[in-house]
Amino acid sequence: MCLGVPGKVKETYEANGLKMGKVDFGGVTREVCLEYVPETEVGQYVIVHVGFAISQMSEEEAEETLDLLRQIIDIEEEVGPEGGVA
Amino acid sequence: MSEKNNQVTIHGLVCPRPLTHDDIVVLGHGSGGKMTQDLIIRTFYPPLENPALMRGDDAAVVELPQSGLLAISTDAHIVAPLFFPGGDIGRLAVAGTVNDLAVMGAQPLWLTASFILEEGLPIFILEKVLESMKATAHEAGVDVIAGDTKVAERGKADGIFITTSGIGVIPAGREVGGAKAEPGDAVLLSGPVGEHGIAVLAARGELEFEADVISDVAPLNGLIETMFRACPSIHVLRDPTRGGVATTLNEIARQSEVSIKIDEKTIPTTLPVMAACEMLGFDPFYVANEGKVVAIVPAEYTDAVLKTMRAHPLGKQAVRIGEVTAEPAGRVLMKTAIGGTRVVDVLAGEMLPRIC
Amino acid sequence: MKYVSEYRDAELVKGVLDEIHRTVTQPWVVMEICGGQTHSIVRYGIDQLLPSEIELVHGPGCPVCVTPLELIDKGIAIASRPKVIFTSYGDMLRVPGSERDLFSVRATGGDVRVVYSPLDAVKLAQQNPDREVVFFAIGFETTAPPNAMSVSQAQALGLDNFSVLVSHVRVPPAIYAILGSPHNRVQGFLAAGHVCAVMGYWEYPPIAEAYDVPIVVTGFEPLDIVRGVLHVVRMLESGEAAAENAYTRAATFEGNKPAQALIERIFETCDRKWRGIGVIPQSGWKLRPEFAAFDAEGRFDVADIQAEESPLCIAGLILQGLKKPHDCEAFAKQCTPEQPLGATMVSSEGACAAYYRYGRFATE
Repeated sequence: MCLGVPGKVKETYEANGLKMGKVDFGGVTREVCLEYVPETEVGQYVIVHVGFAISQMSEEEAEETLDLLRQIIDIEEEVGPEGGVA
Repeated sequence: MSEKNNQVTIHGLVCPRPLTHDDIVVLGHGSGGKMTQDLIIRTFYPPLENPALMRGDDAAVVELPQSGLLAISTDAHIVAPLFFPGGDIGRLAVAGTVNDLAVMGAQPLWLTASFILEEGLPIFILEKVLESMKATAHEAGVDVIAGDTKVAERGKADGIFITTSGIGVIPAGREVGGAKAEPGDAVLLSGPVGEHGIAVLAARGELEFEADVISDVAPLNGLIETMFRACPSIHVLRDPTRGGVATTLNEIARQSEVSIKIDEKTIPTTLPVMAACEMLGFDPFYVANEGKVVAIVPAEYTDAVLKTMRAHPLGKQAVRIGEVTAEPAGRVLMKTAIGGTRVVDVLAGEMLPRIC
Repeated sequence: MKYVSEYRDAELVKGVLDEIHRTVTQPWVVMEICGGQTHSIVRYGIDQLLPSEIELVHGPGCPVCVTPLELIDKGIAIASRPKVIFTSYGDMLRVPGSERDLFSVRATGGDVRVVYSPLDAVKLAQQNPDREVVFFAIGFETTAPPNAMSVSQAQALGLDNFSVLVSHVRVPPAIYAILGSPHNRVQGFLAAGHVCAVMGYWEYPPIAEAYDVPIVVTGFEPLDIVRGVLHVVRMLESGEAAAENAYTRAATFEGNKPAQALIERIFETCDRKWRGIGVIPQSGWKLRPEFAAFDAEGRFDVADIQAEESPLCIAGLILQGLKKPHDCEAFAKQCTPEQPLGATMVSSEGACAAYYRYGRFATE
């Protein structure tokens, strides 16, 4: 159902009437169908499931999520460890 | 050409010009007659050349350089594709057998190699494979002293199958074995995991991906000798091939009746191997290697052995990945990247790409 | 690896875990829908790190596990026919049918191949005009757009040698089935992040309200999962029941419109049998009549194949979250990954396989 991996679009082109792209996962590239994310441009990230981009991966949201979760640690440090279960 | 008939003369009659068959392998090459002799002399002897082999007798005769225990191993090699980034079936055959001997603490001396060639195999492919075997044998300091060739009908052997045997001598005082791990020992690994498996998978093309990955196939006896100089009492050595480091550690844990505890954060992986595994749903710890060694050594030798390994080209990223404890015997446990625990089991069957 | 490794950061995960520990005051039962989430939980040992008050129950989100037995038998029957190239996602090759699995068909001369993408199967059909290429189109909503595209492409390219064996399942009916069961203990859900990336999560607020159950769209990395749990627990503790999104970098409320459009064009809903659970009405997708030419069941005349499950296997109860793998009499005895009795042991994302591989033999 769910194995989806983020990858960066390195190029886009058309093949057999479909919008396709070469996506780089970190030294590994695969041809990926971009028909479901037609507005995707080179340099953007997509989530790839079985050779299809099923959604764009918002780098902004990704960073925000991490920041949000980092804040939880900061609050923890301010407030102190009381209430935490070892 | 009749399938049943492998007489050379029939070929000569059928074809418009006398064929010497020096461009592809035909059934006649395996018949034991002149064609076989020609093939051996022209194609096999030059790259593998050494006195014992060239005598051309039914068996090679050699003298042991020293008395002692012999290590003997045998291996069959089938790989598709025959050539992949970083190596080929020839290099795999030589390195694999050398490594089987080296992890027993032996100094590899001689190999035998028997070839099953598929009818129709271009001879230049065979030549390339033999050149590669020559280079690898040279790297390892071994000779191929005996060999054999047979030809299988088209479709009955995937290009080339190679079976090798290896003989090595174990210097006195070395006692390495899968049952020798002891609680308290350190578990060391010579470098990043999964390179061979991913390189071959990418080269096969069935899953249609490109990877910046080169097989790590290499003979390890040089590296291992330096490790013995740093620690004469190494307990266990093993090269983690199919099934990956996970499977190798399980074998050792079972043989030695100990537990092995691994820290996930210390396992080296290169980014492309990680990326390929993420894409396919593989765990790099289970992916094949062909140029890595796992060493289990008394804890006090950890730094010395690591230092030695890192000074060798094949051990530059050597690292301590865990330790041996007494319980739970026979099991390999892992502290996960986030601090949880899981059991590392053996691979059930072939690793298949998953969708979930 | 960018946008993966950061979500495995031990310190951040611990921070969220600590927050969960601080938040929880009473026992809660939470179900993660997706098999990929189960895999991640067991592989990283996340459930052991959660407070003991939180019980994670593993839901039926494993498409390989829930594919009905007779469909596997049909696949095997088709794969055994001459001239057929039977293509499939990897995991399906080892799922046991009534007598054997697809892998063994290979050993007796059938041409069974793993493909990573359905478009690779379409390519095979183009390259082999004298062979019949069949693609085993299984999956949840995440895999439906790719599977649908293979049919759409085959039609666009005018291929007459390509067909699909369809077994699609949908999440929302499964959630309704679980919540509607009299034995249900689940109080909150981690919704499947990539299903929601495709379908959106607009279907969940009504469910959350009707059943008073928090539902949080959750990703798959350890940080995503603990974050999802935190959101669910916060709502449970405060008596709230809403649908929230904790996987904002990939999933939106509306979902992927082009993907939904193609699903709508190629498939229609139908009743679907879930292996081990039984028929859940309107829980599946099948090809629309206008695409009947691409239906492998019709093309190969295998519609009549029936099958019966092993009486020992309790995969159904596990998939509904009513039992754990180690509750099963056969677990790790007659039923192991090498000799699986049911799909939850075969598929690496199945709860039983995950438990077996990661060593959960005793009750925690």
